[in-house]
Amino acid sequence: MITLDILCARFSSLQEGDLERWICAGHVRAERRGAELIFEEIDAERVRLILELRDVMQVNEEALPVVLSLLDQLYALRRRLRDLGALPG
Amino acid sequence: MAEDPYKVLGVARDATPEAIKSAYRKLARKHHPDLNPGKPEAEEKFKAASAAHDLLSDPERRARYDRGEIDAEGQEKAPPGYGGPGGFNPGGYRRQAEEPFGARYGQAPEGMFEDLFADIFEARRRAETGPRRGTDESYRLNVAFLDAVRGATRQLTLPDGKALSVKIPPGVVSGQVLRLRGQGGPGGNGGPAGDALIELDVAAHEFLRRDGNDLRMDLPVTLKETVLGGPVVVPTPHGSLRVNLPAGSDSGRTIRLRGKGVAGHGQRAAGDLFLTLRVAVGTPDAALEEFVRGWEPEHPEDPRAGLEFGE
Repeated sequence: MITLDILCARFSSLQEGDLERWICAGHVRAERRGAELIFEEIDAERVRLILELRDVMQVNEEALPVVLSLLDQLYALRRRLRDLGALPG
Repeated sequence: MAEDPYKVLGVARDATPEAIKSAYRKLARKHHPDLNPGKPEAEEKFKAASAAHDLLSDPERRARYDRGEIDAEGQEKAPPGYGGPGGFNPGGYRRQAEEPFGARYGQAPEGMFEDLFADIFEARRRAETGPRRGTDESYRLNVAFLDAVRGATRQLTLPDGKALSVKIPPGVVSGQVLRLRGQGGPGGNGGPAGDALIELDVAAHEFLRRDGNDLRMDLPVTLKETVLGGPVVVPTPHGSLRVNLPAGSDSGRTIRLRGKGVAGHGQRAAGDLFLTLRVAVGTPDAALEEFVRGWEPEHPEDPRAGLEFGE
């Protein structure tokens, strides 16, 4: 179980304010358990991806939704292809 | 053997740090594995570029590499900022996103997340900026026996050098904890300070024993004092007292001095001091021996009468 504090501790360059923005914009998903936010491993990897997009590839915050939306469509398509057996499992 | 990092990034050996960073960014954009899910070779290229950048962006290690002290594989470290469990993990998102669970990041209606989670962050901010009470700090204080009997004020030196004046009320016992309000850790954002919790350790005494709020002490008396009675001077925690011994006081007899035990405190009355007489015959005395030898008791008694265990 990954909490907000654990997630922030995983990435030294991650600020809580960044995460709040990304969560409220839907870039990173979370479950709500009482007053706590709970994350899955895929969410932590998503945060890593966004940090790499921002810090290494210099994708700025405005361009982020475009990039993520295209990526989400790409992966949705690949999951669909895999379901159809067109991609190696 | 890894490739020459300058070759991997496509820069000259005297490239500036800016040129190295720029070259790395170009390669990262092109080969990032999460952006190239169908191309396993992209992951290898991205890894190589990251490793090369990692080495060349550290002036010290770049110099060591240039001097030939370390090879291109002289590191297997995560790029700064992406450490933590798992460390450097290229393609980590891709592996998750291609599983059925990856549908977590399908298309979602706009604006729905803000309403769902904004209050949690708001509450965290409030918790951080609102008044916070300081922590309670625990200390131990050794208390002299008589300080616990009479009460006292003692200085406790804290680890930070600050001295704390501790008022010890009469009647405290070992293990008791005194709470000094507001003497603990400082509060945050205008919150109150925590408390100092002081656990007391009361030392034993050479002659005196505690029995609740009463005190007990053996009082040595001479043969003459025990036979004839009369005034003797007794040292007590509250100063020396003249005590009148009744004539013929046997060894073991108890004398009670009211209010001379543990001092009273608040509603609680002072305890008593119980003296138990102990006859001290002292060094051998020829005259005493002579007298006792010729002495016949007026009413002979067996002091051991009744000292039977039965069958």
